[in-house]
Amino acid sequence: MDSALTRQALPARWGFSAWLACFNGIVWREILRFVHQKERFLSALVRPLVWLFIFAAGFRQVLGVSIIPPYETYVLYEVFVTPGLIGMILLFNAMQSSLSMVYDRETGAMRTLLISPFPRWFLLVSKLVGGVFVAFLQVYVFLLIAYAWEIEPPPIGYLTVLPALFLSGLMLGALALFISSVIRQLENFAGVMNFVIFPMFFASSALYPLWRIREASPLLYEICRFNPFTYAVELIRFALYGQLDPVSLAAVLGFLTIFLAGALYAYDPSKGLLGRRGAPGGAA
Amino acid sequence: MSVPAPPALSIAGVGHAFGDRPALVDVSLELAAGSFTALLGQNGAGKSTLFALITRLYDNVSGEIRVFGHDVRRAPSAALRQMGVVFQSRTLDADLSALQNLTYHGALHGYRSGAAKARAMDLLRMVGLAHKAHDKVRALSGGQARRVEIARALLHGPRLLLLDEATVGLDMEARESIIALVRDLVAREGLCILWATHLIDEIAPTDRIVVLHRGRVLFGGGHNDLLARTGAATIRDAFTALIRAADAASAGGKRQQEGRQEETRQEEERHG
Repeated sequence: MDSALTRQALPARWGFSAWLACFNGIVWREILRFVHQKERFLSALVRPLVWLFIFAAGFRQVLGVSIIPPYETYVLYEVFVTPGLIGMILLFNAMQSSLSMVYDRETGAMRTLLISPFPRWFLLVSKLVGGVFVAFLQVYVFLLIAYAWEIEPPPIGYLTVLPALFLSGLMLGALALFISSVIRQLENFAGVMNFVIFPMFFASSALYPLWRIREASPLLYEICRFNPFTYAVELIRFALYGQLDPVSLAAVLGFLTIFLAGALYAYDPSKGLLGRRGAPGGAA
Repeated sequence: MSVPAPPALSIAGVGHAFGDRPALVDVSLELAAGSFTALLGQNGAGKSTLFALITRLYDNVSGEIRVFGHDVRRAPSAALRQMGVVFQSRTLDADLSALQNLTYHGALHGYRSGAAKARAMDLLRMVGLAHKAHDKVRALSGGQARRVEIARALLHGPRLLLLDEATVGLDMEARESIIALVRDLVAREGLCILWATHLIDEIAPTDRIVVLHRGRVLFGGGHNDLLARTGAATIRDAFTALIRAADAASAGGKRQQEGRQEETRQEEERHG
């Protein structure tokens, strides 16, 4: 046996290329796992498409949408609901990623990531970014199919929506990461899906304009205004039409900071929740 | 005057608790570079918790852990770079190939894809699994998967290798081959090994032994020292004697404490 196999000189400090290699490796694994899970890709697409083709088609007849920014004319309900459905893809993808983290923690696979010598914040943020890249794939395939359904944002919108997708995906991913840290077992996750995903999605501007919600229920309107998902949807809506909604941008950045801080705290070995619970990325 | 090299692993007065339940109490041990130490303990003795602290999955409540002189809490990066770990539960991604799993691990240690792949192939060859490099882990046997995990743990060139119940669930042949592979790493490569197990037949006469029971170190020393201390003829008997003595002492202590509490209660009743 050649001793060079097991020993080699370790550089005293990592260069930029080592950090990049680590980041690339984590993102690559997230994408590879997604590609291997064909059912996940299919369900990620089918869900918003069902809403677009069936729910939105039916609602078109009963729900008129007035001219509200960023739209300059009356738009079909399908057009209005598309940013909400993009948000839905991001939301489900984030929660799916969080679910896989709970699973990884239960099986012990999470430990592979957490014992890397790179700082834990860097590992977790890289994983979040990997999850967002996976969501990009889903969103653009959805937009391609939606285009065939005559949902045609301006061509520049396909580009300008990218930063909005990134920030919104990160925000939702950070929230999901935090949720994953406080869940003990995989079985508990179904409850969280019901208590997080559905309220977030329905109590937002994804399906109805906020002015409509205010007309129907001022209380629900206030809830929608405090819902981070509302701002993610609005940021995407404006960005898809080449515009920036500063309020939504500020809100998304603010929520991103809060959720990320919470998730990093929860996964911090010295302060976090894992050590107190006896769930060190697996069994104790 | 030359400074003596720091031990591969130094654990001093480490304690940890999950809520009110103590998991480790004042654990101290030291491993020299190039040594093989068997961490012997029953299920639930605290071996996995100790591994979690050494690898800084979370921080110990008290005490200090150093890996080649690097404090795991203060300089986790330097400490983690020196150690490879094989955890008790399988931590390979079953949907990825053996090579992809190793490449991913390489990335987590800052290796670029090409360098990681080359090294991964060398190590898979070393553990006799080069021909399985592109097979999904799901298709590998338990023993093969363990070999892949050992190859993975060696990929970044660690000097300390931690193995937590690495042979659990394997048949006799696979167990023996894993143990032989690991002992070979000590003999040829000079790696320091901490081998956690509850299987006494995995211990060799040359091994250093640390007995952990209910989160406390009951013994640390050589094979013969353990036999001499307990007066037993075999390591199995010595281990059993140590455990029984500790349990008896613990039960006695508990009875004494309960007695003191009862006396206090009666005293309080008398006074009022």
